[in-house]
Amino acid sequence: MSIGENKKRKFLTNVIKDRAFLVIIIALSLVTLVPLVLILFYITKNGVSFISLDLLTKLPKATGETGGGIVNAILGSIIIVFFSSIIAIPIGILSGIYLSENRDSRLGNFARIAVDVLQGVPSIILGIIAYVWIVIPMKGFSAISGSIALSMMMLPLIIKNTEETLRLIPYSVKEAAYSLGVPYYRVMLRVVIPAGLSGILTGVLVGTARITGETAPLLFTAFGNPFSEVNPLKPMETIPHIIFKYATSPYTDWQDIAWGASLILVTFVLVLNIIAKVVASRWKVKF
Amino acid sequence: MARKSTSKTFSTENGVGTRSHPMLLFLNRTFTSTVLFCVIIVCLLLLAIFISLFISAQPSLQKFGFLFFGATIWDPLNGQFGALPFALGTLLTSIISLIVCIPFSLSVALILGEYFPSGPIATVLNSAMELLAGIPSIIYGMWGLFALVPIVRGFEVTIKVLPLGVGIFAAALLLSIMIIPFAASISREVIGMVPNDLKEAAYSLGATRYEVIKKVVIPYAGSGIIAGILLSFGRALGETMAVTMVIGNSYFMPTNIFGPGHTIASIIANEFTEATDPVYVSSLIEMGLVLFIITIIFGIAGRYIITKTSVKD
Repeated sequence: MSIGENKKRKFLTNVIKDRAFLVIIIALSLVTLVPLVLILFYITKNGVSFISLDLLTKLPKATGETGGGIVNAILGSIIIVFFSSIIAIPIGILSGIYLSENRDSRLGNFARIAVDVLQGVPSIILGIIAYVWIVIPMKGFSAISGSIALSMMMLPLIIKNTEETLRLIPYSVKEAAYSLGVPYYRVMLRVVIPAGLSGILTGVLVGTARITGETAPLLFTAFGNPFSEVNPLKPMETIPHIIFKYATSPYTDWQDIAWGASLILVTFVLVLNIIAKVVASRWKVKF
Repeated sequence: MARKSTSKTFSTENGVGTRSHPMLLFLNRTFTSTVLFCVIIVCLLLLAIFISLFISAQPSLQKFGFLFFGATIWDPLNGQFGALPFALGTLLTSIISLIVCIPFSLSVALILGEYFPSGPIATVLNSAMELLAGIPSIIYGMWGLFALVPIVRGFEVTIKVLPLGVGIFAAALLLSIMIIPFAASISREVIGMVPNDLKEAAYSLGATRYEVIKKVVIPYAGSGIIAGILLSFGRALGETMAVTMVIGNSYFMPTNIFGPGHTIASIIANEFTEATDPVYVSSLIEMGLVLFIITIIFGIAGRYIITKTSVKD
């Protein structure tokens, strides 16, 4: 065996290793797509036959009776998410403004870490906190306590998105406004926020999608309610909670309703995520 | 840098053209103080959460201290609160899920960060990851309970263990699917930060792509990838709904990974509303407090390593 042949063989094994590695990581990446396809397929297949007008317009029936819907849960989810947004959006946007305006301040750096950490706090802990802060003093479960728990989940998403977009707005835009004698607060509210609207909106949409599907913090705050309830100081049913309750029940017709509700929830959450993505890419801040 | 200093004068001097108008000055001040107020709220939120958990956990802390993480029997009716089975269940599910998740998330990260940063493959894989990340936990639980659990049961029949289906293994599998997009996005970020000249230097010496990845990309991005694993671990520890639905709810010490169990998050989810006794409630809150502290430590450590790697050059 000559030296040249040896080199050739080494080269060949290197090439084979290189190719094999690529094949393996492509295969592994494709495997990650399998659960996604399976989940979406399974939820659609099982859910689509239970989507009906009744599901969307009727109240749940008692155990043993067939039929019934989840109108109370849909209504409850809308109300709870609405109140969470009212709490989280203003605080989130204003904090985002502070962070983008004060890039190197000590408070800003601290807040950035706090936001990151808050995003990682398990949702069930936020449920306990809302229980301790609101449910115990009010002596009862209430929708508003659920909203407060969820707003804490929504905050980091809005703050981060706001900060990131507002950072992209060049200083010259603000300078132009200042040169016209516009005061600071109006520059922020009338120039900077509209210019960064797409990023803020993305944060709000992603945040809404995230909290609409969230169940754990609602278990012991909004608690659930078999009736239609619009008073935020009373317990309220939500879509994810009704899915949990019905899916883990032994009754097949309850499980059927859970499938229908799951399909509604998945569709809503994914559509919201897609809209957020479109908003982010179409209305990108460009200067 | 010069610009930053101008921005500072604007925000502290309350803006231009306001000195002549007391009304505008007032509005400016109101605006800046509202903004400051919001940031302070956000900063204090974590501290407030910690203090509240700590105070609410007092009955249990005073009775058992943190020692109850060493006790194995959970029997609320007889006043015995041992959290070890749940701590162990949490660790087992999270560690198994990480082990399953790492090869997949690393592959996705390499495909997106190194091989195909753009183009149709990247678009498909990216959207898939975003969709996976967007699916609510409860939907994973629903799918896990009705689709994954029967598969796991079939697997358990083949390997001849008690075929329950639900249990720590099913929960870990489900968790690994849930954290793949999260782990992949962080590893991808750090893999994308590997400087091109380093890679090109290796190529110029005749290295294949595999060698470049093995000897340049992975060592360079290594600490960032580990940070991503830490952050994913923190995620896995606190994941509640999906785990609650498939873990099988057992209060005893887990004997093998196919058996049923409970995690800290799932026991809180299941028992919190049923807990009537103050010690019972506070022992659940104490577990929550420990979970909170651990996720914070992992979160800060992960973030710290990532910022350290990203400012390396």
